[in-house]
Amino acid sequence: MMNYFPDEVLEHVFDSIASHKDRNSVSLVCKSWYRIERYSRRRVFIGNCYSISPERLIARFPGLKSLTLKGKPHFADFNLVPYDWGGFVYPWIKALAESGIGLEELRLKRMVVSDESLELLSKSFANFKSLVLVSCEGFSADGLAAVAANCRFLRELDLQENEVDDHRGHWLSCFPESCTSLVSLNFACLKGEVNLGALERLVSRSPNLKSLRLNRLVPLDTLQKLLMRAPQLVDLGIGSYVHDPSSEASNKLKHAIQRCKSIVSLSGFLEVAPRCMSAIYPICGNLTTLNLSYAPGLHGNKLTKLIQHCRKLQRLWILDRIGDKGLGVVASTCKELQELRVFPSDPFGAGNDAVTEEGLVLVSAGCPKLNSLLYFCQQMTNAALITVARNCPNFIRFRLCILDPVKPDPVTNQPLDEGFGAIVQSCKRLKRLSLSGLLTDQVFLYIGMYAEQLEMLSIAFAADSDKGMLYVLNGCKKLRKLEIRDCPFGNSALLEDVGKYETMRSLWMSSCEVTLGGCKTVAEKMPSLNVEIINESDQTEFNLDEGQKVDKMYLYRTLVGHRKDAPESVWIL
Amino acid sequence: MEVGLKMAMKGGGDHVGGCEKEKMGFEETELRLGLPGGGGGGEGGGGEVVRKRGFSETVDLKLNLSSKQDTSGIDPNDEKVTGLNKEKNLLLSAIDPAKPPAKAQVVGWPPVRSFRKNMLATATQKSSTDESGGEKVAFVKVSMDGAPYLRKVDLRMYTSYHQLSDALAKMFSSFTIGNCGSQGVKDFMNESKLMDLLNGSDYVPTYEDKDGDWMLVGDVPWEMFVESCKRLRIMKGTEAIGLAPKAVEKCKKRS
Repeated sequence: MMNYFPDEVLEHVFDSIASHKDRNSVSLVCKSWYRIERYSRRRVFIGNCYSISPERLIARFPGLKSLTLKGKPHFADFNLVPYDWGGFVYPWIKALAESGIGLEELRLKRMVVSDESLELLSKSFANFKSLVLVSCEGFSADGLAAVAANCRFLRELDLQENEVDDHRGHWLSCFPESCTSLVSLNFACLKGEVNLGALERLVSRSPNLKSLRLNRLVPLDTLQKLLMRAPQLVDLGIGSYVHDPSSEASNKLKHAIQRCKSIVSLSGFLEVAPRCMSAIYPICGNLTTLNLSYAPGLHGNKLTKLIQHCRKLQRLWILDRIGDKGLGVVASTCKELQELRVFPSDPFGAGNDAVTEEGLVLVSAGCPKLNSLLYFCQQMTNAALITVARNCPNFIRFRLCILDPVKPDPVTNQPLDEGFGAIVQSCKRLKRLSLSGLLTDQVFLYIGMYAEQLEMLSIAFAADSDKGMLYVLNGCKKLRKLEIRDCPFGNSALLEDVGKYETMRSLWMSSCEVTLGGCKTVAEKMPSLNVEIINESDQTEFNLDEGQKVDKMYLYRTLVGHRKDAPESVWIL
Repeated sequence: MEVGLKMAMKGGGDHVGGCEKEKMGFEETELRLGLPGGGGGGEGGGGEVVRKRGFSETVDLKLNLSSKQDTSGIDPNDEKVTGLNKEKNLLLSAIDPAKPPAKAQVVGWPPVRSFRKNMLATATQKSSTDESGGEKVAFVKVSMDGAPYLRKVDLRMYTSYHQLSDALAKMFSSFTIGNCGSQGVKDFMNESKLMDLLNGSDYVPTYEDKDGDWMLVGDVPWEMFVESCKRLRIMKGTEAIGLAPKAVEKCKKRS
């Protein structure tokens, strides 16, 4: 029936479908829907850059305006993947540039971005508007300078947690006087100085600027000037926040901050003097997002006093220095809280300041809307997890990281199977789960049985046997990403149902019991998967013994076969 | 309760064969998935030993530089026995609160991004310096190849590589540097040219760290550099060939 409508009508209908999943489904209905959908598609998300090629992307979606690409596997964040593994964006930019596609937005995560790529990007797309780089590396301030200088209609330059070589700070001066379109500028991750005068002038001529995140080297007086010029800001990232509360500079800052009535998101404080936080109080009442996770100097009373002003908070990122008591203050103040992340202030050591199960229980009791959690803690008990599961049945993301990864329940000395079991049973909408602590096969049985919506699962130092992995693979029908390290899962589990991996984006297994032979079998049976073996030892040749255990295996579905850019340490079977 | 009992049984060593763990009673649990192939659990894959790799064991493996323990040359019988022993140790350390947990670091644990680790390391160093009251001084010798005498700088006077670079440029601007020819002095008065020289490939800033190694300036966060720098040397590019190229150095540090 829908076929009797002219294409334009269908296109109009499809325009209102925003979700990638839904648009993908729409394209599968029939040939004409496929055709109409592909010409009208503006935004494409590619979760694994090696699953498809730029050529095929361009061929299918000629009207592409916005592209999101992810490169390295998640465990690359934790140094488990060699630096030269891959994820290069250059071939994508080159292909898009040569195709005549009018790219306007590029969002990259965990990719290698060279200055050359940025320069090509900046010169190839006249209407380019938005560049978002998250956890990327490979570029310097020169690449940023090219983007600033050449992208005449740039609205967004958002650099989140990238490793940038930025010892030359002139890039900011490269924004031409004619550039007045900036809406979002985030350079908090840069370690070098920027030209402060250029920054002030840039902000002055950007009336639409809503989001500004500064790096550590932007001093207080500049901050005050910037706030005076941009009282319309919605999102602010403060770099350096050290001043004498009784000084003139501090008064001027207070006045400037008070004018910013629209700020709902606050972050940074990369350098902070806790006694100065009172200047922030006037805007705390409006805050929905607060990220203090890079401010180890903030703790104790100064921190809790600040939080007590933030009644509307929905998202809080904090360090474990807040302590269980501090989390109690969060629980009694932030009734709208949806997302909580508690990071370790001492990521290398035992963490004397760390939080325990008590803090989590308090938050779960006080914040019933909580649906997303990342919690690094000293210890956890089954009883606490069961309570949390009862208090907060709405978890979509639940990531618990006990600093000692095989620690049992300290009260009962039992594994934490029952606690996590309660979480998956109660939280029917759970999509992402990370486990830690002492865990047996039992918890995986629970996960397989109850976690019906689970899409991503991270496991470390857990389980007793292949059964654990089998329970998950058999039970979690919506599983997309599975990452496992240091678990006793071997070939039996790996080979049980190789077809399953085609329904997933990827599987990572490191320091497990799978052997070269097992991995080869997967590769042979499933040509639609790339099975990569990563070997970083000093051996120059791979030991070809099929019985040899594989240190790291990463497999993913792909439509374009083996990639050609793998380094020597990666062997694609 | 039941899981606890199972754990005790495992440590008891009454399964020397190691392959029949599935008989431990999962059938007893009322919650049960119907696994394909029945309760056998697919052990037919070759009778491999399935043993829990403990955290402390992983620490041993990761710390063992020769890494010979985990290659294929091990007699599987030995592996079973050592596996059992290690399992017992794990069990003991898991249950016995008196035994301290492994303090050594395992790669990638806790799962915190290196970016965050570096930022916190820098921030913590900075705040502890502030809290300790007075400004510490950090005078280091600076030598430049071809210059007749050395200088000294106080690294604590600067807050970034950029500032240090500026200061060094000013400091050495009065010396003749290599292949600038007759333009000589005029060029050095031109700060930006000197900066380019310093930043470009003709001259390479290097430093000696606490361990006595010569490192390329600029790889680590500023604060970390100040803490570990013992002296500076601005090397002629041609002599710096022995130093690893910046990119490889940086990436090796990261991986």
